[in-house]
Amino acid sequence: MKFKDTDIQSLIGKVLRGGMMLSMTVVIFGGIFFIYRHGHSIPNYKVFKGIPPFLQNIGSLIHASISFKGQAIIQLGIILLIATPILRVVFSTIGFALEKDYLYVGISILVLLIIFASMMSGHAG
Amino acid sequence: MTVIVFTLIILIGSYFAGLLGSLTGLGGGVVIIPLLTLILNVDIHYAIGASLVSVIATSSGSAAAYVKEGITNMRLGMFLEIATTAGAMCGAILAVYVPTHYIAILFGVILLCSALLSLRKKAEQIVTEKSYLAKKLKLNSCYPTSTGSVQYSVRNVGGGFFMMIFAGVVSGLLGIGSGALKVIAMDTIMRIPFKVSTTTSNFMIGVTASASAVVYLQRGYISPGLVMPVVIGVLFGAFTGSKILVHTKSSGWLRWVFAIVVSFLAGQMIYNGIVGKI
Repeated sequence: MKFKDTDIQSLIGKVLRGGMMLSMTVVIFGGIFFIYRHGHSIPNYKVFKGIPPFLQNIGSLIHASISFKGQAIIQLGIILLIATPILRVVFSTIGFALEKDYLYVGISILVLLIIFASMMSGHAG
Repeated sequence: MTVIVFTLIILIGSYFAGLLGSLTGLGGGVVIIPLLTLILNVDIHYAIGASLVSVIATSSGSAAAYVKEGITNMRLGMFLEIATTAGAMCGAILAVYVPTHYIAILFGVILLCSALLSLRKKAEQIVTEKSYLAKKLKLNSCYPTSTGSVQYSVRNVGGGFFMMIFAGVVSGLLGIGSGALKVIAMDTIMRIPFKVSTTTSNFMIGVTASASAVVYLQRGYISPGLVMPVVIGVLFGAFTGSKILVHTKSSGWLRWVFAIVVSFLAGQMIYNGIVGKI
């Protein structure tokens, strides 16, 4: 069986749509909990002060999501959403490899490396 | 104002931002940032974070449809993503050091340019002369139309690539998709048919935004309570916009109205940046 561009295109379409739908469902689900718990407190976004520490560490984020903390569930959904296009690049890489188009396997890996470098640069600061 | 009222206001505002962004082709980000900063007094860093996430959502949603139709040039997209992701990474790092009022002024200027560009006439162009680099990189392709498949070639690959680095920096620094700049790179410099350039640009926006979102996420710019109504509102607004676009063919006056609204927002951003209110 030979892989063609059209096979990969339909797979990539599915990855993008699926990732978007899943993450939005998680965001809405978390949003309901968030409003239910904090609906009557006063929001403050006027001054930048980052986000609470429990949302920035992946371990505590998952822990807080399990105990139905709305903000943590939303943040997980957001991470899924950000991961969707990156996952799309991963699938493209596999697709190009199956087509034996090694030039584009290299180009896709380079794109993934740049995103990884970006992730590391954020971590360092 | 309680969280519930604030969330509802943002939800409605974001819906219209998504609608306006989709109808003008500028994207939801360019409207959501002025809305959050000018009207709701949100810090511009939080606004950029929220906008970036909504940009990824709309890109993934709409790109899925175009990819299936086979109009998107995936090789071209992937090749140019080297430039946009590298640019986005630099932009996101720069955003930490650039004072917020400069960000506001730059945002206004880019918004103004994008609004003017959205008014320009779009003529379909097909170039068939072969460029060496485009051939090496297998960028020349074809796309389906009602009258059959149309072959096209890509010109000035280097120039387009360079412009894409700039588009990436702007996207990472301002938290927008910078679709207008991407379309210029592909339309004007690389001479790609309009239909291919818009869909490929849309396809690339998600990856470009992700490359800077991973930085913003760790810097605490992405605040879940704020992002939640923004991303939901923009996505539904963009969805409504795409439905309207299919049904109305002659939207000449509509574009003018939007261009004026967007120019006004741009002016406000520049003014507030200069007087130091942002």
